Order: sequence, then C-alpha cells, then structure tokens
Amino acid sequence: MSAITPSTEAIRARAVLLGRSRWGVAEIIFWVLAFACYWLFPTKLSLLSEIAILGLVALSVDLVLGYAGIVTLGQGAFFGIGAYAAGLAAKHGMGTSLWSDPVIGLFIGGGVAAVIGFATSFLVLRGSDMTRLMVTLGVALIVDEVVNQMKWLTGGSDGLQGVLPSAVLGIWEFDLFGRVAFVYSMVVLFVLFVIARALVKSPFGLSLQAIKGNMLRTRAIGMPVNARLVAVYTVAAFYAGVAGALAAQTTQFASPDYVAFHRSADAMLMLVFGGAGHLYGGLLGSIIFRTMQDVLGNITPQYWQFWLGVTLVALVLFVRGGILGLLGNMLAAWRRKGGAS
Amino acid sequence: MFRRQILKSIGVAGLALATGISAASAQEVVKVGLILPMTGPSASTGRQIEAGARLWMAQNGTIVAGKKIELIIKDDTGAADQSKRLATELVVNDKVAFLAGFGLTPLALAVGPVASQAKVPAVIMAAGTSTIVASSPYFVRTSFTLPQNTAPMAQWSAANNIKTVVTLVSDYGPGLDSEKAFKAEFEAKGGKVLDTLRAPLMNPEFAAFLQKAKDLKPDALFLFVPSGQGASLMKQVGERELAKAGIKIIGTGDVTDDDQLNGMGDALIGMITSHNYSAAHDSPENKAYVAAFLKANNNMRPNFMSVGGFDGMAAIYKALEKTKGDTDGTKLVEAMKGLAWVSPRGPMSIDATTRDITQNVYVREVKKVDGQLYNVEFATIANVKGSN
Repeated sequence: MSAITPSTEAIRARAVLLGRSRWGVAEIIFWVLAFACYWLFPTKLSLLSEIAILGLVALSVDLVLGYAGIVTLGQGAFFGIGAYAAGLAAKHGMGTSLWSDPVIGLFIGGGVAAVIGFATSFLVLRGSDMTRLMVTLGVALIVDEVVNQMKWLTGGSDGLQGVLPSAVLGIWEFDLFGRVAFVYSMVVLFVLFVIARALVKSPFGLSLQAIKGNMLRTRAIGMPVNARLVAVYTVAAFYAGVAGALAAQTTQFASPDYVAFHRSADAMLMLVFGGAGHLYGGLLGSIIFRTMQDVLGNITPQYWQFWLGVTLVALVLFVRGGILGLLGNMLAAWRRKGGAS
Repeated sequence: MFRRQILKSIGVAGLALATGISAASAQEVVKVGLILPMTGPSASTGRQIEAGARLWMAQNGTIVAGKKIELIIKDDTGAADQSKRLATELVVNDKVAFLAGFGLTPLALAVGPVASQAKVPAVIMAAGTSTIVASSPYFVRTSFTLPQNTAPMAQWSAANNIKTVVTLVSDYGPGLDSEKAFKAEFEAKGGKVLDTLRAPLMNPEFAAFLQKAKDLKPDALFLFVPSGQGASLMKQVGERELAKAGIKIIGTGDVTDDDQLNGMGDALIGMITSHNYSAAHDSPENKAYVAAFLKANNNMRPNFMSVGGFDGMAAIYKALEKTKGDTDGTKLVEAMKGLAWVSPRGPMSIDATTRDITQNVYVREVKKVDGQLYNVEFATIANVKGSN
C-alpha cells in the first residue's frame, strides 16, 4: 500500500487554493456599494474617483509591503512616473491620435513605471528593512528632482499643463461633474483588484507570504526568492503607474506634487489605517483617510490634520491590524457573545 | 448592544450633515470659494490671505448690491489636484459666483480649466508667475508677478553704482523667473552678472554658494528664495560676513517677508529689496489697515499675501457693485477689467486687456523702527505692469 501519491496531493492543494479564492458575501457587498456610490453621492464624484485612485496606490503598496514584506517609501515615485508618462502622451496626442486615448495612456503610464520599477528592484533586494526604506526613499527623491529639473519636458514646478485625454474608448468625454472619471476609475480599480486578488491567492502569492515569513527558510527549500521579489516589485510599480495615469487623466494635469514624498507616506499611512496584507485594507484605508480629511477639512480647514493624527495614534495604540483588524475583533466578539447566550 | 450604538451614532452624524446642508441653502447669497493652502509648507500664505479677506468683509459689510456675500474656505494643502477638485466641487455643488485664493503657481494653473469651463471668475490672490493670467479668460490677479517685483531692483541697482552682481536663487520656476528678469534688466542697463547660482529647493544648504559668491567679489548679491526659507538663508549670509566684504545684499521682498522679518534677526539690517507691499508703507490707508489687522489677528503682522486677499475681496465687491448684483461670470470679469483704487499698498489697478495687476513697486531698506525690523520704503517706481 503506497502512501499518498503526488497527484492526489496536488489535487488537494488545488482544492485548498480554489477554496481560498472563492468570493465571499462581504466582498460582493463591498463592490456593489462601491459602484452604487455613483447614485448615493452624486455631488462627491470627483472625491470618490480620487479615493479609487488612492486605493489603487495603497493596493500596490499592499502587494509589496503586506504580502512580500518589502518596506517601501518609494511608491509615490512610480505614481508620479505613471502620471507624467500618461500626461505627456495625452498632451502630445493633442486629443485626437491614439496616444491620447485614456486606456492606452494607462498602459503607457503603467508600462513606464514597471520598467523603472524593474530596473530599481535590484537595489531593493539588498539589505534589511531599514536599507530598503532608505533606498526606495532615495529613488523617490531622485525622481522628484529630475521632474523639477527637466522643465522642457515636465514643465518644472509649474506642472504639466494642457493634458487633454480624448474620450474613454472614444465614447465618454470627461465631464466637469466627474461622472465619467468616477466610473472609469472604478472599473480600472476593480479590474486590477481582481487580477491582484488572483495573484495573491495563487501559489505565487503564497510564496511571497512565505518569503515575508522567513526569507532564509524559503530560500533553503529552493524558492527563487530574488526573482519573486523582483516580479512583485515590478507588478506593484505597474499598479502605481496606472494609478498615476488615472490621476493625470482625470485631473488633466501632472505636477511635481505627484512625485512628492508625502504621496508615498500617505499611501503607507492608508494601508496601516486599513490593515496590511488583506488587499481590502488599502481600499478601506483610502476611503476613511480621504473622507475624514474632507469632512474634518470642511469643519476646520486649519486643524484637520490634528484630528486625523489623533485618530491614527488611537488606532495604532488600541487596535492591532487597522480597520480590518478592528472589524475582525468585533466580529469575533459578537460571535462569542452569541455563542454564550 | 454594540451594534445598536454604532447605528445610533451613524444616524446622528447623518442628521448633522442634513441640517448643515439645509442651512446653507437659504436666502439670496453670493458665494465666494476661497481655495488656500491652510496646512503644509505654505500654510502661512493661507493664513495671511484668509485674514486679509476677512478684514475686508469686516470693514465693508457682507451685503453688496443687495446680495449677501458668503465666504467658503477650503484647504488644498498646497497640492494641485486638491485645488482642482475643490474648485470643481465649489462650482458644481456650492454654485459659487467667484473662485479665489491659489497660493502657488501650479495650484492656480490647475484651476484655470475649471474656471474657463464653468465661466466663473477666479481671483488670484497669491501665485506670482506671470503666465497664469493668460491661461484662462476668467483669471484676474490682485497679488503681484515676479518680473514686476524683480525688474525694479535691477533698475535701481544699475542707477546706484552697482556694476557687478552675482545672483543666487532657488532652483525652481519662480526662482528661475526672477533670475531671468533680473539678469535681462540689469544687463540692459549696462551692469554685469558675474555668475548665476542656483540652490536646490529642498533642504537647501547655502554655505557653499555664499562662499562662491563671496570669492567672486561682486558689488552686490541678488537673492531669491521662497518666503519660508528667508530666515535660514539670511542667517548664513550673516555668518559669512558678506556685508563686511563690501558686498551689498539685494533681493525681492519675498526674502524679507513681513510675516517673518522680525524673527530673522539684525543680520538683515541694510538689505535692499524691491516689492509691492511693506507693512511700513507710509499712507493713511495702510496705517488703518495694519492697525486693524494686528488687532483682529492676535498681533500677526500683515504681509504682501494679506493685501492680495484684502484687495481680491475688494475687486469682487467692486465688480458686483458694477454689475448691480448680476452674477454672470463673463459680466463680472468684464466689470473687473480696468478697476482702479487705492489699496493699503498704494494705488493699484486691474489692466483692462491683460486682467493682471498694475501697481507701484517700492525700493526698501531693512531698518529697525521702534525696536522692530521693517522694510522702509525710500524709492517708488510707479505703475509697473504685471504682464504684457
């Protein structure tokens, strides 16, 4: 009688993975609500598309930080590169040719960011968390200064003006109310989210989490650690680049602020806010972060940062794992109570 | 139990939101959307402009041509995408009749397309790059432009025995603008610029540049840095003892910003600058303005940004009076063209063709008056145009 054959083992693994990647009810509700915002908050559509774009950046940070465990402060650079690449394409396409098509612009923005992400990923392989933090930050600062200096191309500190993307798929023109911008951003976010979700639930995604857990051991069982990290870093750069392209297209300009340090820091903050390593963390984080900023900013334009800071400190002090962690705890507590009574 | 509490708090929040909305949409009001950097590195700009705008409203009432003026202030944190989004929301949701503010050039440029598309006048109260106003037919400026403030410095230098100059500016748009404007004007008047030094905008360390400037032995060193960096630059200028080496320190008034001048120390005494406004400007209008401003703002001294806000509101009021309360954007812009009045800064007008500001530019020296540092004006170059 032989032991379990490799093939049944493989079948079981496949079943486990497939089970893990099944869509839950909460997930479906989340996305239905997200798209329903179009009717729920018709006056806040430009804010909502901004949230979708920030969510995409936070998602890209989650891929590298939450799953692969690479601490990064450089995601803003890829966001900015994507914004400028797509912005330049749209600007010089003059609203007519193929270059200024928004969807092609997404691939241009994401593609350029991915190439630079791939090139700089080898720097990130070296050293510990602290080194990575410094290296990614360094790359971001270099990009920032390059954008400032290349005035003939980027418009320097005045920003890139005259970005006029043509209608989405040749049908929907961007409007002042932000209706097209919202639907467009949401669809892009959803598509990229589905891909990211499939990615992290795949064996590739599991290997990333293994690397995060214990890199030495992962290497010892024969996993190509460096290749995996390069791959995920490049994918994340693509994501951030697409987010940047979306931002440039929906706001119709790009400025050095798009590559500034605070973009990276904000993305990290949102992820911590929402909870890293769940994909939804970044999305929730960006929703809460931006909504709070908007609401608090309307109440007190001068001191909203104080209240945001207080909330963040409270969250870090009292709740492990961000908003998602809090929800998880509440759910667990509710179940325990339900079981006792 | 816990869930019920959450539901209850959500309900309360919703109710608060609903009452807030209904309160806003009462009687006939004209809304002015003021978009300013209230937080972040340019927060002082936002504070000064808000205070200036509020002071105008406090002195002139809130009813103009039978309509009530309402100010809505939004913080764009100095990020251009925020300025644009807030401008869109103000136009679409709040139905503002005017947009105003804009602390930095990219922030103003980002709003331009919104103003054009929505046909809403946008009053620039701070941003100083000369090209902005031309980018939308709905832009009107009440602040200043960099060439406007820089060229008089070059003229004065050339006429006052300064033959060679080294320029040191921050390496970004406005810095390069002022370098260009100074060099062009100074060399046209027969002077010579020995070298053009550019310090990085972020975390600047000026020591090496100042040493180089000192070694070149010019008659004067021309400085331009964004207003927040003036203090650290001037401290290092003092340490290098450039004045003792016989080098005059000149620049535009951004460096000797009234808001911060007092804290910069005595190293600044003797510095010559050219600018459109000084809190020490000698006129009855300005004396009243400074006194009221200090009183209303806990002794914060008004600077050139504050008069941008004050005069911006003045332009808005005067335009509404001219149209008799008609809030059609195109008519309002037409009404603002050619407006002229005496502001705390001196006589000023809105150019009828360019929609840019025409005003006097003053040459000033930093002096101690009653124990405090002030930019004391000693020469006037009248009616300098903002852009051509």
